[in-house]
Amino acid sequence: MEAYSRELINSLEEKGKLLRRDCIKCIGVGVAGHVGGSCSAADLVAALYFYKMKYDPKNPEWEGRDYFLLSKGHVGILQYSALAEAGFFPTEDLLHCKEPGFYLQGHPHLGTPGVEVGTGSLGQGLSLGLGIALGLQMDHKPNRVYVLVGDGEQNEGQIWEAAMAAGAKKPDNLCAIIDNNGLQAQGPIRDRLDSAPIADKWKAFGWNVIEIDGHNMEEILKALDAAEATKGKPTAIVAHTIKGKGISFAEGVTGFHNAPLSKEQYEQALSELS
Amino acid sequence: MAERNQRMAYGQTLLELCRENPDIVVLDADLGGSTMGKMIELEMPERHIEMGIAEANMASVAGGLARVGKIPFTNSFAVFAAGRAYDQIRQSISIGKLNVKICGSSAGCSDFGDGATHQSIDDIAYMRVIPNMTVIVPADANETVAATKYMAANKGVMYLRLNRNEYDNVTLENAVFSTDPTVLREGSDITVFACGIMVGKALKAAENLKGSISVRVVNVSTIKPLNREKICELARDTKGVVTAEEHSIIGGLGGAVAEALRRECKPVEFVGVNDEFGSSAHNYEDILKLLGLTVEHIEEAIRSLMQ
Ligand SMILES: Cc1ncc(C[n+]2csc(CCOP(=O)(O)OP(=O)(O)O)c2C)c(N)n1
Repeated sequence: MEAYSRELINSLEEKGKLLRRDCIKCIGVGVAGHVGGSCSAADLVAALYFYKMKYDPKNPEWEGRDYFLLSKGHVGILQYSALAEAGFFPTEDLLHCKEPGFYLQGHPHLGTPGVEVGTGSLGQGLSLGLGIALGLQMDHKPNRVYVLVGDGEQNEGQIWEAAMAAGAKKPDNLCAIIDNNGLQAQGPIRDRLDSAPIADKWKAFGWNVIEIDGHNMEEILKALDAAEATKGKPTAIVAHTIKGKGISFAEGVTGFHNAPLSKEQYEQALSELS
Repeated sequence: MAERNQRMAYGQTLLELCRENPDIVVLDADLGGSTMGKMIELEMPERHIEMGIAEANMASVAGGLARVGKIPFTNSFAVFAAGRAYDQIRQSISIGKLNVKICGSSAGCSDFGDGATHQSIDDIAYMRVIPNMTVIVPADANETVAATKYMAANKGVMYLRLNRNEYDNVTLENAVFSTDPTVLREGSDITVFACGIMVGKALKAAENLKGSISVRVVNVSTIKPLNREKICELARDTKGVVTAEEHSIIGGLGGAVAEALRRECKPVEFVGVNDEFGSSAHNYEDILKLLGLTVEHIEEAIRSLMQ
């Protein structure tokens, strides 16, 4: 329990809030944006970018870096916020997201500093991550690969093709993090297309599985460290989260999967996250 | 007043068809609220199947449903309904000529915010090239109603390509769907063949050029099978042909028309996406402009053929 200082935990929790605020600013007023899935994964992404991963914001292609892939590409604004706060590009640029031709697009693409692969068509990021992990292993490199997967995204068969392949090839530099917020675009996954039990499925595919509360920073850090220490198989961190976490009117509400915010909601969200 | 949104027109019509025909089944892949499959789910939940975010599986499952006499309509964004499930549509459905209807919603660049990953600028091409496949791109919401009824009433694999956004109708309400190219405006100098939202834009271009250039505007909502005779006939008495589509200039309507005109020796100019991916934008007009899909672009193409 005392492995991590209170100071560290506090600062990362603050980062989580900061990323959520950045996302809200990025979405703005009156334009649809993926509020829910950004807020559910914000603590996980904060822990990756501000505790766990190695990278050089001045040299995004630095050979020694760890890789982060946003398989649930619809929350690109969350990764952009993390990259901006980590110094890859100015935070002001977040406000220009989705402008025609701008380097911050609706979904992550190659061409944005710090973005490793293009995503947005769900189900493909884990396979890309597996390819990177296998390639790094071939070259005997120590870099690690983290892939954030949506729980709804696990409907896609390709996720399980990747899971099976990784279970067979055993790249222990690969870590999938499942943002288990329980909701997909049209409602609760349990009602739409029940995919439980999730942890058991990953175990059956040969992965080391760690289940955590995805908003408990200490549990997140422990899981990320345990994943790195695990040899001989990939790790899946099943993070139980709340969609829209941190914004009272959006928490657990399907409607905020991809929704425009009113002026009042925008102000309220920012004040609740301050 | 007539519906101005193709997705709404599709959902309302499909719901009516479901009430009339017990064999119709509607499948969605976690986007029913957008494709309007939700309308069927709400009123007739037993006729709607939520397949989750698994479009490839949805396509083959639809093939199985068709095999036992159902008339499945699969819905998702075009990039996923058609693109993600391409091989399943080819292998499971089309070779066997199964009676599956695929609805590609939010097609073209009409999902302006989401950017390149969600903008289908190539679906007409890769659906058209599959043998046994019918490809329908309605000009507006009115024609979407007619096309949806046509699809339910006629056997075969069919792809329906729909726009996400609202815009004015250019075809008549309650018309019966025709698979033939239809003349919406007569003219004697240049023939414009258009589909989807570009039909309305072509009509505007023709109006703007009135007095200087006489432009015939033809709605080609059925891109396959294409009535070659009719295309040639409508091109023969004018100086040149312009095609206009919210799609790549490679392999779509332009390609189909050029193939049809292969013995006619006519200059053909393409208005479409110039072999590039789309981009995010804050509104539809911005992305149409960026990709070269405006009334002005059509006028420019027409003028270039008059020189
Ligand atoms: C292949 C594919 N199908 C459909 C979509 C549209 N879509 C975007 S997000 C989403 C729901 C995702 O749910 P989940 O993975 O649980 O994400 P989260 O709830 O964390 O936002 C859907 C269906 C897509 N982007 N890609």
